[in-house]
Amino acid sequence: MTQDQASRWKRMQEWDQRPLRLDSFSEESPENGFAVFHSPWDPAPGLTLGPDGAILEMDGRKAADFDILDAFIAAHHIDRTVAAEAMALDSTVVARMLVDVNVPREGLERLARGMTPAKLAEVVGRLSALESTFAYSKMRQRHSPGNQAHVTNAKDDPLQLAADSAIAVALGFDEIETTMRVAGNAWANALACTVGAAAGRGSTLFQCSIEEAEELKIGLAGLATYAETVSVYGSERSFVDGDDTPWSKTFLTAAYASRGIKARCTSGAGSELLMGFHEKCSVLYLEARCLCLQRAMGVQGTQNGGVDGAPLTASMPGGIRELMAENLLAVWLGLECASGNDTKTSESEIRIGAKITPYLLAGSDLITSGFGSIRAYDNSFNPSLFNAEEMEDYLVLQRDFEVDGGLAPLTEEEALAVRRQAVEAIDDVLDELGLARADAGMKASVIHASGSDDTETFPPVRTLQISRDIAARGLTALDVVRALALRGHRAMAENLMSMLRQRVSGDYLQTSAIVRDGKVVSAVNDPNHYSGPGTGYRMDEARWSRVKAVRGTINRSHVLDAEGSHEAPTGSAQFYPIGKAGKGHDPHEVVVGISPAFGERLHRTTAGHAVSDVLDALTRGILEGGGMPRVVRIRHTADTSFLGLSAAHLAGSGYGIGIQAKGTAIIHHRDRLPHMNLELFSNAPLVSLEQYRAMGRNAGRMTWGETPEPIIVTNDGQALGARFHPRVALLYAIETEMSEPGAEPEEMFFASAERNA
Amino acid sequence: MSTDARNLYPLSEKAPHLVRSKTGLGLEDFTVDAVLEGRIVAQDLAITPEALRLQADVARATDRDRLAENFERAAELVAVPQEMLLDTYELLRPGRAKSADQLRERATLMRVDYGATRIAALIEEAADVCERRGLFTKRF
Repeated sequence: MTQDQASRWKRMQEWDQRPLRLDSFSEESPENGFAVFHSPWDPAPGLTLGPDGAILEMDGRKAADFDILDAFIAAHHIDRTVAAEAMALDSTVVARMLVDVNVPREGLERLARGMTPAKLAEVVGRLSALESTFAYSKMRQRHSPGNQAHVTNAKDDPLQLAADSAIAVALGFDEIETTMRVAGNAWANALACTVGAAAGRGSTLFQCSIEEAEELKIGLAGLATYAETVSVYGSERSFVDGDDTPWSKTFLTAAYASRGIKARCTSGAGSELLMGFHEKCSVLYLEARCLCLQRAMGVQGTQNGGVDGAPLTASMPGGIRELMAENLLAVWLGLECASGNDTKTSESEIRIGAKITPYLLAGSDLITSGFGSIRAYDNSFNPSLFNAEEMEDYLVLQRDFEVDGGLAPLTEEEALAVRRQAVEAIDDVLDELGLARADAGMKASVIHASGSDDTETFPPVRTLQISRDIAARGLTALDVVRALALRGHRAMAENLMSMLRQRVSGDYLQTSAIVRDGKVVSAVNDPNHYSGPGTGYRMDEARWSRVKAVRGTINRSHVLDAEGSHEAPTGSAQFYPIGKAGKGHDPHEVVVGISPAFGERLHRTTAGHAVSDVLDALTRGILEGGGMPRVVRIRHTADTSFLGLSAAHLAGSGYGIGIQAKGTAIIHHRDRLPHMNLELFSNAPLVSLEQYRAMGRNAGRMTWGETPEPIIVTNDGQALGARFHPRVALLYAIETEMSEPGAEPEEMFFASAERNA
Repeated sequence: MSTDARNLYPLSEKAPHLVRSKTGLGLEDFTVDAVLEGRIVAQDLAITPEALRLQADVARATDRDRLAENFERAAELVAVPQEMLLDTYELLRPGRAKSADQLRERATLMRVDYGATRIAALIEEAADVCERRGLFTKRF
């Protein structure tokens, strides 16, 4: 656009510079596959059963014309015993049942087993974003929410992968997923993450995302416990282009279980569109087909909610609403749901925060199917919705809404301790197994590193060699247990052993299973039975006290320690009471009314100025303006307006300045109403000493009948309330505590530091 | 197994006596010391058909019949060697088999050599549908 800059509205130009403008927004266009909830090409829901129970027609297609998805869904998803009843129900009635706390989840799951993809899509399409979120919280499978981390590294560095896995476990992630920059590094990555995940409290499910054959081998060696690379697609041609059929994926799902590996499918809005085979259908309808297929395959769960197609879906109107709707479909079908949120869908931090919020409120088996627990540039899957950079924002969101997003804050000491433990352990394991040896400098750089840019570690060829050696020698998790134990990492060996023990029982193969503190928790032994207030998951006291303990919280003693010492800063001006204050007579006298704690218990304003310096600036200013300053301590109030008004009543000129210890200041006149001041510095954190001096000068000039320009303290848009209000509230409480109703004002002797000298 | 299979879950806590590794180790044998003494071998990391069938009972008792069937198919695959497992998966992918008959032969092999009747039925179903949909086109 070559528009003349001068002819533009400047606001639009400013908006052009916002990160939001980097996002793309697409228009609806069903013929091109850009349809979210409904396309004119979506079939109407329908099911015709023959007398023998055979499906003759489904969603507008005759059995003879069924494509591979229809055929599989008809054969394995549709429950003939419920189908007639379920399909006959009005979709709005079913939608209302989904949000009705009196209709149990199990009953709704029974109905879903008799519904076709088009019917399921139609029902969830009747729910608003809020209703979908609520229904999701009711229908999700496991009672307690969880979360999954990506742990990857741009250098595929075993040392840092171990350290970062340990951090992920310490933060509370129930699953860790890794992948490689170089496919050949798979075994080194898997071994490093396995070791790191055994640090600290240990026990977490772990996945090494790579091509199926390799993933099965790694799993068989005990170096991985779950897989989520079983991708399915909602149209026949995209399925075939994805190089699979429903039968090959069903076989693969069984193959994973046969090796003791938990599996989940991957699907999501927009994938068919990205692959060019959308059949002009809405993304929700195609995803409904994927999810019916997944139930039919007998997989325990899914990761959906856009996943890689999330940014494309988010570009469409109502796209984010659709992502929650398809997650709801998954849990309604009885599937574990790792609910997406694993792709950065926007450059706008506001859109990112808004995207995650419904999931935090509703809870989810795995709120993200990959939180970037490492720096965004280290994420070999591509940056996630949240990354290490934004970790603390996420932790604070949990605290804001009092919800369990699966994580809890770590202190720096705790973090360094598990990193050190993990790095020493992986180094010992590599050495014990004759694979490699790291030097002290490498280890130290990794322990303290945020991302791979900060490390001095193995060169890439060395890492590749480690990986090849692990594979070639057929090393397994048992070798890792042995190495850990022999090198004195007994607790870590025990943690890893407890995970290997789980493989034999297969308990974690059940729906929504995770391992916490060595015990399996799943939809079988920890089912979600939400049925309204007073039911469902709530954090217990112990959990909440961990979740809410974000870094940098303050309380009264911190504030007093930091700013409320009884001692004035050394070398500062002296001021002390010299008796009861009376009314002055000098027509140019300006009284400065200081608050009860000013220079008494509190010595610093929120801007960081010593209160004595502020007082000095005010009195100098008054003199410069032609006034006579007098300092009086007001003892009956700490309110700025009344401090100012009380000072004005004592002043010979009728002009007074009121000031609180935190720095809020006001010019008042005795004939004015309490809240009709002449000038006010309300944003104390922003006021400079020069501005206090100018305020004093204005008060002095007012005594000569002048009307000076008010002093403007500019605010560039800082969230001053967020930055200062906890401190302000605590400081002000000290002021009010020191004020005594009816106490008389005190005359103060005040001399600046230099005059004292 | 009765509908009370739910009461067995988790097997590792409620019914550990029902779980044995391939070489006959119980869960209580899975200790670090046993590893150090060489009493646990790589084969012990594998799940057994029996454990998978118990998990199928649990799944069925919690109204997840499809998941149960998956565990039952998995139980049949435990004995299938890795090479054969991957080769069969590969064969089921689009265009790998030249004809439906090639898939049907594999189904027979699964049934005869491994007693994998459910897996065989799955492969035969794939053969039928892929034949109707013409999915035996060469892809590479």
